[in-house]
Amino acid sequence: MNRSILLVGAIAAIAVAVFLLFPRAQGVSSVDAAIKASWTTADREWLARLIQDETQKACSHYRNAPPKAVADAILARERATIVYPADGNVLGDWKKGQVLAQSGYGGRFTDIPPRAENGGNCYACHQLDAAELSFGTLGPSLLAYGKDRKFAAADAKAVYERIYNPQATIACANMPRLGASKFLTVEQIKDLVAFVMSPESPVNQ
Amino acid sequence: MPARTTIVAFLLLALAFVAPVAAIDDTEKELDRYRQMLKADPWSNPGLLEADRGEALWKQVRGPKNASLEGCDLGKGPGKVEGAFAGLPRYFKDADRVLDLESRLVWCMETLQGFAKAEIVKRPYSKANQTGTDLEALATYVALKSNGAKFAPHLEHAKEKAALALGEGLFFRRQGPMDFACATCHGESGKRIRLQALPYLSKPEEARAVIGEWPAYRVSQGTVMTMQHRIADCYWQMRLPRVDYGSDVTIALTMYLVHQAKGGDITAPSIKR
Ligand code: HEC
Ligand code: HEC
Repeated sequence: MNRSILLVGAIAAIAVAVFLLFPRAQGVSSVDAAIKASWTTADREWLARLIQDETQKACSHYRNAPPKAVADAILARERATIVYPADGNVLGDWKKGQVLAQSGYGGRFTDIPPRAENGGNCYACHQLDAAELSFGTLGPSLLAYGKDRKFAAADAKAVYERIYNPQATIACANMPRLGASKFLTVEQIKDLVAFVMSPESPVNQ
Repeated sequence: MPARTTIVAFLLLALAFVAPVAAIDDTEKELDRYRQMLKADPWSNPGLLEADRGEALWKQVRGPKNASLEGCDLGKGPGKVEGAFAGLPRYFKDADRVLDLESRLVWCMETLQGFAKAEIVKRPYSKANQTGTDLEALATYVALKSNGAKFAPHLEHAKEKAALALGEGLFFRRQGPMDFACATCHGESGKRIRLQALPYLSKPEEARAVIGEWPAYRVSQGTVMTMQHRIADCYWQMRLPRVDYGSDVTIALTMYLVHQAKGGDITAPSIKR
């Protein structure tokens, strides 16, 4: 009798402690429940897009300003996702990159089945070529980006990494992880690096 | 003569510089034309045609139960339309749920008129250059009846508080192949995507300026667009699956947006890009 009262008391105490320690967890589960109830027509494969990975979870929770330990864990985890070109050459064809930077095609449910290759949609967020006036400002201007860096190989590699997975450089960066999510291929990313970094590219005129 | 050539050359150069933008954003010009038109004659707003259609639909006896929507309680009592939109979304006891304008209309069409919900929400949005759907027309009518009022959303019932918290959580939730949250595109002032200006929707001044404009007549689409549609379109851009019409998620986001816009004027139906 006494034992069972103790046991019930202990369980209650633990339950209260868990509730107090993880009030956020309660909030998260109600978000998940609402999401489940709000997307009832999509198939499994598409629903998977609503499930967050560790990085998305942390960046949402900390609203893109994670404490240092969390940021370090993100940087390490995301860096490990980067796949480099087999021959180590990160520079592709800037002309192909120019086309890819313009294209915003891909990944929407109206883009299925695919009618073209996915685009990088860089102009949505960046100024690149001075002749293209329709550019967004969510990201910094990349005008003369290669020229300003004297076309250094180390910077080209850094741009490859920035496109492949920006969160390897900045935890909770707002730019999409276009390589890590397999939205773009290694070849496409090389072409985009060339567009940003090669001396002949209109970006650097 | 050389001076003239210089001027012509200069003009051509200027044109070359401006032309690409003009070509891409013909809509902006169209929009300006509409703005001028509205100044001269506020009744030239095509959104008002939808509101008229919505009013007729509201009063018309329809559905398996042969009823009009005049018995529909939008929060101010059955049949009271004036100012009702300003208090939405809110908790409704009969539905035991927080509902926005559009999901409340669905609820009334279902319970009062006897329409099947699946039928009502099958095609909630019009396609470009079509007349509005019944839901769009009704939403435009009800919103117009709050034109001039200020958003005063409810925040008393526990479910209203939960909806607001959910909406806020969703606004900052990153997900999908692009890692987008609403806040990625609407979390700072003065940003744009391509040439489209992005309001900072968590900032009351900016939310107040735009949230009360919906439902809006969209010049680029030639049709009215509601808030449910606007949010669904943003989710589409985020590369997520098609979100349900009047879902908990879209209602909660509306709750969040309206709370950011609290005290802002309702100017619906406005004319937008
Ligand atoms: C949705 C917006 C978005 C898209 C699309 C995008 N970027 Fe970015 N980009 C950003 C933002 C924001 C930053 C600043 C750091 C951050 O938060 O990620 C950035 C940073 C960068 C940087 C580093 C700039 C520096 O400070 O050194 C490079 C290089 C870059 N982007 C290239 C690209 C290229 C190439 C593409 C297309 C394949 C692209 N970005 C697509 C938003 C975007
Ligand atoms: C990838 C960028 C992006 C994301 C992410 C995004 N939006 Fe948008 N949003 C836009 C664009 C572009 C517009 C249209 C601007 C225009 O037409 O000028 C817009 C417009 C809006 C408007 C109308 C604003 C006005 O000016 O009247 C609302 C409200 C809105 N979005 C809410 C949301 C919500 C809620 C989410 C998250 C579920 C979201 N957006 C996510 C890009 C985005």
